[in-house]
Amino acid sequence: MRVWLTKAIVRRLLITQSIVAVIELMTGPAGSNSQPVYGFSHSFGESSSFFGLFRTQRWVTFFFVGLICWGVASFWISQGSRVRKSVHDALAFPRAATQKRPVRWGAMAVLLGFAIILPHVETAPFWQAAMVEQIAVYVLLAIGLNVVVGFAGLLDLGYVAFYAIGAYTTAWVTGALPTPALFHHALNPFFAIPVAIAIVMIAGIILGAPTLRLRGDYLAIVTLGFGEIITIFANNLYGITGGSLGSNQIPHPSIHLGPIKYIWGLAPVPYYYLALGFVVLFIIIFSLLERSRVGRAWTAIREDEVAAESVGINPLKYKVMAFAIGAASAGFAGVLTASQLIFIFPASFTLQFSINILVLVILGGMGSIAGVVFGAILIQTVTEFLFHSPPSGYQPQDLYIYLGALLVAMMIFRPSGLIPSKRRQREIRLSEAEHEGHLDEVLTGDDT
Amino acid sequence: MLDVKDAVVRYGTITALHGISFNVQQGEIVTLLGANGAGKSTTLRMLSGLHAPASGQILFEGKDVTKTKAHEFAELGICHVPEGRRIFPQMTVQENLEMGAFTRKGSTSEDLDKMYATFPILKDRRKQIGANLSGGEQQMLAIGRALMGRPRLLLLDEPSMGLAPMIVATIFGIIGEIRDSGTTVLLVEQNAAHALHLADRGYVMENGRIAFGDLAKNLLNDERVRAVYLGESVEG
Repeated sequence: MRVWLTKAIVRRLLITQSIVAVIELMTGPAGSNSQPVYGFSHSFGESSSFFGLFRTQRWVTFFFVGLICWGVASFWISQGSRVRKSVHDALAFPRAATQKRPVRWGAMAVLLGFAIILPHVETAPFWQAAMVEQIAVYVLLAIGLNVVVGFAGLLDLGYVAFYAIGAYTTAWVTGALPTPALFHHALNPFFAIPVAIAIVMIAGIILGAPTLRLRGDYLAIVTLGFGEIITIFANNLYGITGGSLGSNQIPHPSIHLGPIKYIWGLAPVPYYYLALGFVVLFIIIFSLLERSRVGRAWTAIREDEVAAESVGINPLKYKVMAFAIGAASAGFAGVLTASQLIFIFPASFTLQFSINILVLVILGGMGSIAGVVFGAILIQTVTEFLFHSPPSGYQPQDLYIYLGALLVAMMIFRPSGLIPSKRRQREIRLSEAEHEGHLDEVLTGDDT
Repeated sequence: MLDVKDAVVRYGTITALHGISFNVQQGEIVTLLGANGAGKSTTLRMLSGLHAPASGQILFEGKDVTKTKAHEFAELGICHVPEGRRIFPQMTVQENLEMGAFTRKGSTSEDLDKMYATFPILKDRRKQIGANLSGGEQQMLAIGRALMGRPRLLLLDEPSMGLAPMIVATIFGIIGEIRDSGTTVLLVEQNAAHALHLADRGYVMENGRIAFGDLAKNLLNDERVRAVYLGESVEG
């Protein structure tokens, strides 16, 4: 008979249980100067409900969470090679001659270094706050929308909905909404990040699966509707979302891990670094995806959906993936905003917001990560500058006149954006040439 | 290998195919002939899952594929070279070819070498984007892309459309080679003379029906075919 309780199994069980214990401590009550071990002594004994099913002590809840983690880990070890292989297959598509230098590491390092020292150079409180609330958030949203609009070529006019869902999820799991929290014990906003990202991705799938059969304008209208529905829900479901007043009890993120004890307070700079870390993470993930098998499928669907189907690409599947993946960064942006400002209300998630993000993506260069990041930083900096020190006679609402003029000028002189993606630039030129009607050789057939 | 039984296709209230039946045997080239609007392209759209039949049955290697979706055909072993070529205009030649092997895991370098051996011109142009190729090169690329999926049945929709006669001859030569290397071919073509000289069997379609079918060499001598499709006047 096989020995069921092998050493490896016991070891895994101990490891997962200790990880869970650490998380338990981190999310538990904080200590103070007078009672430094308060968190340690109280976090285990406190009573909590087990996913709303029955009330028990916190350690029991976490013990079961640990058991689940152990099960997942064991499954991963026994079945993981298959999963790893398919992930590898998904990421390893471009095999031969594509781009030799996918990322210019030198330039990236210089820019990152500049971004790291920036808060020490620019110390004006207005700009430090703007860097997080206006620039970092918009960069996150722009790179996420770029996955949907730039990579997969789907026009999404309701992208702000994902941002709103991210923010409201944060409020929910931290116990700041009238509705009971997901876990009885309010989570630290830090742990809201994975929960919020997971929930917005699921929202992306729920929105995408039925609607992505539509094309072009029809899809734009449906996504527009989705954005409006989310705002209206947030406004009117008083008992769940707090209505038009929103929620204002969201805690700041904090870490209590042994000797490391840090609270993100009201000052914006720590949030800036948190956002910067995630911007870098999302940029890396999205550029890997763009160059992967998935990215190639997106390009194929964007260029010719019928041909893409003929080589065996399921368009719906990859479009839904684009929606879900693109939503992820908006989910994080939602957590960032909610936990920094500690209040959220529905009026901040308007259609205008979706359009603003789309403008950043178009100005920067659809499909080009460097472009949309640059576009978002540039436009938001100028906007904030005009807000901070307006020229004489300038009113805040004039901004849209100038933005509109800028868009028109760009469409004339640089239709594919400030830093265009090479492929998208050619696509736009090609479609222009087709409209002018002298590209007989290029015409790739019509839909008859 | 492929068996179509009483397939009816409707576009809304208009019936495009009134119950057509035909078959394709392993290792042969079968051609569908017919005038514009006879239903040739609709037949291929149906066979590649772009338009499901309202009734009838399609069997591929004994398996019912009537309800199979367009993107699932490549994995089954049926690859479609669409009408108008439909290569990816902004991908390089090599990327286009690699897309053809999308459903297949593992290395494609062997298949790429094979394609470049079959179409040497594509090797010279492998780093150019599809839009910059000539029509004939695009057609070769479209065929190469379909072959990258290692199909057992290749569906070709009007491969000679808009091409110079010399290039058409080259492409038909290659289609013959594809058959000789073991891939079955179903060819829809307006250029009846070329198609019948190459094919083993042929079907003639008229108004959404299969009017008749025979061995290609018999069709070449068939008076009806000669009169209508080969442009010869019938005496007597």
